[in-house]
Amino acid sequence: MKTDTARPRRGIGRTLAMFFTDRDRLEPALVTLLAAVFAVLSGIILIFIVSKSPVLSVKNFLLAPFLRSYNFYYLLIAMVPITFAGLALCIVYQARYLTLIVDSCVYMGAVVATVVGIYLPLPAGIHPAVAMLLSGLAGGLIGLLPAILRIKWRANELVSSLMLNYVFYFLGSCVIIYFLRDRKQSILASLPFLPTFALPKLVPNTQIHAGFIVAAVFVVLVSLLIYRTKWGFEIRLVGANPRFAQYAGLSVSAVVLYAHFISGFIGGVGGAVEMAGLYKAFIWQMDPSYAWDGVIVAMLARRNPKFVPVSAFFLAYLRVGADFMSRRGDVAFEFITMLQGLIILILASDRIVNYFKARRLKAAALRDERAARDAAGQIATQGAAEAGR
Amino acid sequence: MDLILETKGLTKVYGNGTVANRRVDFGLRPGEILGLVGENGAGKSTLMKVLYGEEAPSAGRILLEGKEASFSSSQDAIAAGIGMVHQHFMLVPSLSLAENLVLGKEPKRKRSRFFDQDEAVRITEELSAKYNLKVHARARVVDVSVSMRQKLEILKVLYRGARIIILDEPTAVLTPQETEELFAELAELRRQGHTVVFISHKLDEVIALCDRVSVMRDGRLIATHEVAEVDSQTLSNEMVGREVRLKLDKTATSAGAAVLVARDLSYVDDFNITMVNHVSLTLRRGEVLGIVGVDGNGQTELVRILTGLERSLSGSLKVGGRELMGAGPGAIRRAGVAHVAEDRMTVGAALGASIQDNLLADRYSEGRFTGRFGFMKTEAMREEARSIVADFDVRCASASQSVASLSGGNMQKVVVGREFTADAEVLVVSQPTRGVDVGAIEFLHRRIIAMRDAGKAVLLVSSDLAEVMSLSDSLVVMSAGRIVAYFEDAAAVSDKELGLYMLGLKRQGEDEIRKVLHED
Repeated sequence: MKTDTARPRRGIGRTLAMFFTDRDRLEPALVTLLAAVFAVLSGIILIFIVSKSPVLSVKNFLLAPFLRSYNFYYLLIAMVPITFAGLALCIVYQARYLTLIVDSCVYMGAVVATVVGIYLPLPAGIHPAVAMLLSGLAGGLIGLLPAILRIKWRANELVSSLMLNYVFYFLGSCVIIYFLRDRKQSILASLPFLPTFALPKLVPNTQIHAGFIVAAVFVVLVSLLIYRTKWGFEIRLVGANPRFAQYAGLSVSAVVLYAHFISGFIGGVGGAVEMAGLYKAFIWQMDPSYAWDGVIVAMLARRNPKFVPVSAFFLAYLRVGADFMSRRGDVAFEFITMLQGLIILILASDRIVNYFKARRLKAAALRDERAARDAAGQIATQGAAEAGR
Repeated sequence: MDLILETKGLTKVYGNGTVANRRVDFGLRPGEILGLVGENGAGKSTLMKVLYGEEAPSAGRILLEGKEASFSSSQDAIAAGIGMVHQHFMLVPSLSLAENLVLGKEPKRKRSRFFDQDEAVRITEELSAKYNLKVHARARVVDVSVSMRQKLEILKVLYRGARIIILDEPTAVLTPQETEELFAELAELRRQGHTVVFISHKLDEVIALCDRVSVMRDGRLIATHEVAEVDSQTLSNEMVGREVRLKLDKTATSAGAAVLVARDLSYVDDFNITMVNHVSLTLRRGEVLGIVGVDGNGQTELVRILTGLERSLSGSLKVGGRELMGAGPGAIRRAGVAHVAEDRMTVGAALGASIQDNLLADRYSEGRFTGRFGFMKTEAMREEARSIVADFDVRCASASQSVASLSGGNMQKVVVGREFTADAEVLVVSQPTRGVDVGAIEFLHRRIIAMRDAGKAVLLVSSDLAEVMSLSDSLVVMSAGRIVAYFEDAAAVSDKELGLYMLGLKRQGEDEIRKVLHED
């Protein structure tokens, strides 16, 4: 009797369950998308509040990349460092660590690349590649520091990485100013790079450089690393539950260390790519702070490296729009930081991200319960009758 | 007879979509002790939490003395005269028993309005005498036994004026002797006009103590009986929904060679309490060695040392002749020790990860799953997961769904499925059926015996005394971090006898205990 009713139900239950598991993935993605849309809409409202010519400003903000081809190229170039930072943060986020040391990795990567670019005479092509490798190594070693502090002395990696960012920023500036500065220039700039150091341009007469391709390759590599290799498996396992990972026989500290090294390595490469792709000399007057861009990008991508280019495109789009608008209107570029803050605020809230899921699960369960009322009543009495026999 | 407390069509759905109670019509008569039985996860605790105001019902009504009642917090329920003693005590360990008792409703000195310590002690002693629940009012909670803490919890509820007292599995932490004492105290409460709800999954206790018994299964209230008119077989059938064999089929085997040899293990915890005190034992092939003891007497720590999760302060740990002291969990696993962790929620599984990732967590780096350049063989992994899921009857839509979405029993099957297919020689199995439904318990028990029959050495730790006694070939008793007794033949000892050792009232001589080393 029981098996007769149970069998078809299991089939339906199974289909339903599979439908639900899909929606579990769908909905957070949807919330992420909504967060992005919401940020843009709030931006528009803000413009209407502060601008004297809101329509023009909004048009400049939203359509900048399509109004001037220069803007579009600029968008593509701006994507590159953001992509590197986003990938770097995806890796440590997968292990559920929250470090912002990638800032230092990018900056020191750029400094190391500057040294290589000025002093190492190498053939074209090989020259920037060597710079990327050495910058990556430097970035990787720097990336290790907060992890070591956390493992050895339980120092919170978020705090120590923020502090270390100052240390490395001033260390890097010191190296540039005292050892690499071009005294003939009136502004702060390093000695010029050797011509072999420059990355080739992809589109003539634009700034679009081969670093774009390097970034694309890294997107593929990091995706493979995280979802297809045993190291990625280890990183995800440690992220899911470190106590479980230890119990299952993993060396949790080793996993955390190499995750941070790889993350820092990618940051370092990003710094080198910026130098070799865009500049003739090191001319950063201040820390470009790519770590926070990485945070937004990694969150928008939901820690999945595959989606990093998409979210990097979105962030670059906002940047380019805001930049264009501020130069042609009365809204300051900084308003973009408010939108970024909004996005982080929404995505950092588990309650919001999982709101639909919780509501749906509850409603579905109640509905099933109500629908099954009569049938269940029957089963219960049958069960009691059977038991009574 | 009028009901003092009842629910009509009460349904509770949790935020994650779990339906814990389905249209429950529950009734409580004044002055009775009502047993509430059901498997773990049947919805007993949830129903009581709703009645105690800790959870809001999703649908249905609660009637207190015939009048509609709704509790938005446990404060409301307490004010209405309903008290609850949780399975896990809610006490401040560093305060005295008297201070804990009056916490939140403290007596104050007349003039200064400061806390009146003496009055608190007086109240405690008066209540203690009135209900014959003996406690040391001035002692600190940390220094008294579990059973006294429980008495204090009951007194706390009484002090707040509860007429209805809900006890959530109060005997789980007690020895047989302490249980008898508790029953006498509860009968005294009933005599004085209080109403008691006694949650348990031990039928013999319910039959010994209660007037009526309600059975829950799968969130439903299946039936309510007068205890005098029902037998335990009927109740257990109702609990499970089918016939269960209460006895386990187990053929006798003889133990083989020693595999795991542990000598002189010790562990001192962060509070400087010696949790494991020079413990030595030997695990042999084809034998289940059971460890019994009241929870918190060093079993957990001993298991953590044997599996490399904790370092012993002394002694040695050899598996197959190789010294592995301090080698870490990975090395000990590779040496052939599998471990079913006592807590699957925090240690034994990664809830957010997929079933597949959980099943492969200990073997992903083997050649059959990881190929060149560290790339994983996805198809082989999927196949392995599929085969374990099928073999261990894990009920799921697919192995890529998260472990968090499984029921307790299926979660445990994932853990056991991984550990029992790990090709290990030694299985350290801790609390294998805690929070698992009866169907799964039977299944897990059969698998444990099957592993023994396949020649594995099994160490079984469980706070379910009946479980250890029925599964084990030999038994050791742990009390206060020491092995206090060893029984070569587990069938030849009674639970009463074990209780005396568990409580530390009895202790075997060194020669008898030494037999667990199997050194002759």
